[in-house]
Amino acid sequence: MKPAPFVHHSPRTLDEAVAMLGDVGHDGKVLAGGQSLIPVLNMRLAQPAHLVDINRVAGLDTVTVSDDVVRVGATVRHASLEKNTEAYAVLPLLRQALRNVAHPAIRNRGTTVGSIAHADAAGEMPSIAVLTGAVIEVVGPAGRREVAAADFFEGPLMTVLEADELVEAVRFGRFAEGTRTAFLESARRHGDYALAGVGVAVDVEGQGGDAVVRGARAAYVSVTDVPVVVDLTEAVAGQPFSSAWDGVEDLVQAGIAPEADIHASSEYRRALAAELTRRALTTALSEVAS
Amino acid sequence: MTTRQFGSPVLRKEDPRLVTGNGRYLDDLGHDAWEAAFVRSPHAHARITDIDVDGAVEVEGVIAVYTHEDLDGPAGDRLPLLIPHPSIEAGRTGYALAKDEVNHVGEAIVMVVARDRYIAEDAAQRIVVSYDHLPPVVGIEKSRDGAELVHDDAPGNVAAHLLQEVGNVEAAMAKAPRTLTLDLEIERSACMPMEGKGVLAQWDSDEQRMRIHSSTQTSTGVRAAVAAKLQLPLAQVECIAPDVGGGFGVKIMHPWPEEVLVPWAARRLNHDVKWTEDRREHFTSSAHERGQLQQVTVGFDDDGRLLALDVKFWHDNGAYLPYGVIVPIITATQLLGPYKPQNYRVEFWSLYTNTVLVTPYRGAGRPQGCFAMERTMDAIAAELGIDRTEVRSRNFIQPEEMPYDQGLLFQDGRPLKYDSGDFPASLAKLKALVGWDDFTVYKEEAEAQGRKVGLGIGCYVEGTGVGPYEGGHVHVETSGRVNVATGLTTQGQGHQTILAQIVADELGVSIDDVHVTTGDTRRMPYAVGTFASRGAVMSGNAVALAARAVRAKALRIAADALEVAEEDLQIEDGTISVKGAPHASIALSTVAVMSNPLRYAFDESAKAATQFAGAFDPDKPPVADDDEPGLEGKDFYSPTQATFANGMHAAIVETDPITAEIKILRYCVIHDCGTVVNPMIVEGQVHGGVAQGVGGALYERMEYDETGQLLNASFMDFLIPYASEVPHIETDHLETPSPLNPLGVKGAGEAGTIPVSAVIASAIEDAEGFPIRSMPISPNELWDLRRHQAANPRSTNPRSSTTQESA
Ligand SMILES: Cc1cc2nc3c(=O)[nH]c(=O)nc-3n(C[C@H](O)[C@H](O)[C@H](O)COP(=O)(O)OP(=O)(O)OC[C@H]3O[C@@H](n4cnc5c(N)ncnc54)[C@H](O)[C@@H]3O)c2cc1C
Repeated sequence: MKPAPFVHHSPRTLDEAVAMLGDVGHDGKVLAGGQSLIPVLNMRLAQPAHLVDINRVAGLDTVTVSDDVVRVGATVRHASLEKNTEAYAVLPLLRQALRNVAHPAIRNRGTTVGSIAHADAAGEMPSIAVLTGAVIEVVGPAGRREVAAADFFEGPLMTVLEADELVEAVRFGRFAEGTRTAFLESARRHGDYALAGVGVAVDVEGQGGDAVVRGARAAYVSVTDVPVVVDLTEAVAGQPFSSAWDGVEDLVQAGIAPEADIHASSEYRRALAAELTRRALTTALSEVAS
Repeated sequence: MTTRQFGSPVLRKEDPRLVTGNGRYLDDLGHDAWEAAFVRSPHAHARITDIDVDGAVEVEGVIAVYTHEDLDGPAGDRLPLLIPHPSIEAGRTGYALAKDEVNHVGEAIVMVVARDRYIAEDAAQRIVVSYDHLPPVVGIEKSRDGAELVHDDAPGNVAAHLLQEVGNVEAAMAKAPRTLTLDLEIERSACMPMEGKGVLAQWDSDEQRMRIHSSTQTSTGVRAAVAAKLQLPLAQVECIAPDVGGGFGVKIMHPWPEEVLVPWAARRLNHDVKWTEDRREHFTSSAHERGQLQQVTVGFDDDGRLLALDVKFWHDNGAYLPYGVIVPIITATQLLGPYKPQNYRVEFWSLYTNTVLVTPYRGAGRPQGCFAMERTMDAIAAELGIDRTEVRSRNFIQPEEMPYDQGLLFQDGRPLKYDSGDFPASLAKLKALVGWDDFTVYKEEAEAQGRKVGLGIGCYVEGTGVGPYEGGHVHVETSGRVNVATGLTTQGQGHQTILAQIVADELGVSIDDVHVTTGDTRRMPYAVGTFASRGAVMSGNAVALAARAVRAKALRIAADALEVAEEDLQIEDGTISVKGAPHASIALSTVAVMSNPLRYAFDESAKAATQFAGAFDPDKPPVADDDEPGLEGKDFYSPTQATFANGMHAAIVETDPITAEIKILRYCVIHDCGTVVNPMIVEGQVHGGVAQGVGGALYERMEYDETGQLLNASFMDFLIPYASEVPHIETDHLETPSPLNPLGVKGAGEAGTIPVSAVIASAIEDAEGFPIRSMPISPNELWDLRRHQAANPRSTNPRSSTTQESA
């Protein structure tokens, strides 16, 4: 389990990085936190001749909160985004989801943008990107372009990124005032990739005892090939907070297409996804109630 | 006065070194060694038609590429069948490098030696092996039906077949008022030490000497095997186990192909060669354990008393049988636990499959046996509507029946005769600890809140400390430093501490002055190894005996010098003094000086022992006829039979009513390993054992597909429990000393692991209200079982639907 030989490039500026990728991108890979790429190299599942290491590129490690987005640079670690109180205040779903990404040691190295670029169907953050209507900032030899998260993912481990492009940042969209969120997942062991997971954004109008549910949307982990948003509004609008949410079942089942692997059957994942959705709705609303 | 070390929770002497990163594991050694990598079979069963190494030889930095054809002499012969047994009908072992045929994914075919491991892997990747595919035999059922064969000359895929019977099962079963039959299944798991295997070989061509470091549980075994394979005089081979990052059984197997090949290549190349196993190799090329199908038929009376027990099981031994039938023999014998079956028949078939070897893994066949017996106990209780602990009590061997001979032959070829234990007392302690009698109320309350909880129990007896022997050597230096050597190896258990505790007490010295060396054939060439929970029993008693010899000699010399009788002397804090007259004393270090008559005074203290130093008897030689110079002693401990530890565990689990997720709420252990040398270390062993048991119960399984590919050969997909999955473990001890050895100790190493699958199955069964007959169990499987149960309320288990219950 040693990687095949490669040349390690360590650009200091974004321009340098883009230029290098332009030269070697066809036979190269961007190296961010390495938590997904290094195992792939060690097992020789990929043997790129070049690695363009972006860890020393200046200016990529910042989180910026503005009126309508949280912008996360390419080398921001999962852990630092998770702990970012400003981001948490405006978009708690980020921390709610990030807590479920692997273990602390991996979150200390792995990057949130890297996990979106990696596009693992079992990754939490691609789903969060889609649920928040994120925009992916892409840069390459041909210049900059922006891609909506909903259009970014093409399949498991496949995105619209060209070999010579890199993601500079992801702008997660903030929800409208009154939106409540929760993220729940079920994994075989604490911190593992989930058998199924769900993030929900529930639209609530009013305060305290007068509050009513207006709508809800959910995005799933490990039960769809590419992250999709399932609109649950039809089943939840007007329901009391104490609802058992049985009405969401059909919408969830229509929206997901889980596959079986050695850890769980597709039927079980379906049942999990539905139950997690019900529990997530209750969790999201329990915060508004308290 | 010196505080007694034996029995106190002395902090581990090895920890400051290990936890500060100063351990020296195999890969920390041999920086200048060339490194080896292997081309391993990607197929489970195939004939090798061609090996093209041309691409590899061209790679810059490659030193040598070897296939089976290159292996000369015994190195090219089949690897040994280590433990022959009359039940073995077709004992097949592999070659160090595959010859013509491969029988499991991961079998080594080509060895590449290069300047470093990176280059070796680059080169290995360029080697092209051509194969003719043969039908893979995977899974016990496929093997048992015998339509396709793993080895052409092993009909029915049967490696071994054994039947043992005590009493008359057929007659007793026919007369039994009630019978039950259970079909049971246990999946494969594996030891998975954090450090894989590894070998460093250093050939000294001037001295024609081979030094091997191996991450092994038996350095004497490796030494002897390499000497035989390389046709070297034993005296020219030495083997040292450095710090070893866990073994759990897989490293008692030997010689691994690499343990032959690395020294073989080092001699041939006249250069140090090293191989460090990586995790993927460990998954597919080391060894697994556990996989069995079992059928138990039990006859009992209306009170739940056993009248007859008839067990058949099929044991998956993988592609080869180098470790013989130790694992199924242990299952067959240790299945009986603390019970008296009256009449017992056990028959097993050890079967070949095209999967990696099966050799002992902590518990070594016992978890399977315990599972069979304890599932049976629960089934009897359910059938009769009697409390599960009551059924067990009624079948216990009573303390006054000790020693109790089960009438079978154990894994050491000696009688399965329990030496000690008080099972009713252990059960009473367990029930108190877990709150057995209050659980019904707790369960009703939980159910009222929509929660599902269950309580489970499992009991076991563990034959530990099997022979043939272990040795101890104790040497007091003139500085007062005490060197202790024993040949068995250590993998983190704390041997350096407990052996030092024992010697410190025996000699009357401070534990800080005692320094223990294990697993180094230069220091103790006669030894067996670390397995079967034998460290404390075998080496503990051996070093105690050796220390007693040293003590006797020290007292003799001191008595002479102080002109008193030996009986009047005591040793405390490294000083020998006259009882009641402490000023009349002599330091043990001085006695060490006096024990060795000298010509040369190399330091101040040595002057006292030189020829002109003082009075001596001119009629006696400086060293008496029956004596030796130096204050040292050596002795061996060799018992007539194993000692039998025992324990009982109980757990409370909660299962999610919808997602079927399984959570262990409480885990309680009562443990009897005889006299406890160090309670903290015993507790640590129990904790680690339970953690591995939880892995086997809820997480770990080897997912082979029907073609023999291991689908989960990484820690991403082979689920070892993290700390977050291991419950808090509550322990209590019972000490019934073994009458068989001077220290009264019984083994503790494997205990924690043995009953966990049985206990968790019992608890889930209690929570769910239907039988659990197959382990491990995942949430998905429990969810499937619930659905199956809802559709077929009378059935027991979809995976063992043949179970019949008759009144
Ligand atoms: C034991 C373990 C458990 C894990 N569990 C989880 C989990 O539960 N959930 C989860 O989501 N993840 C999990 N991960 C993965 C972890 O989150 C990774 O960090 C993440 O998926 C990738 O981020 P990285 O920075 O490490 O990327 P790298 O490993 O460096 O790169 C991954 C891929 O993305 C590409 N890439 C990275 N950054 C960019 C960029 N800016 N532009 C273009 N391409 C880029 C790389 O070229 C590579 O192909 C786990 C990892 C491990 C080792």
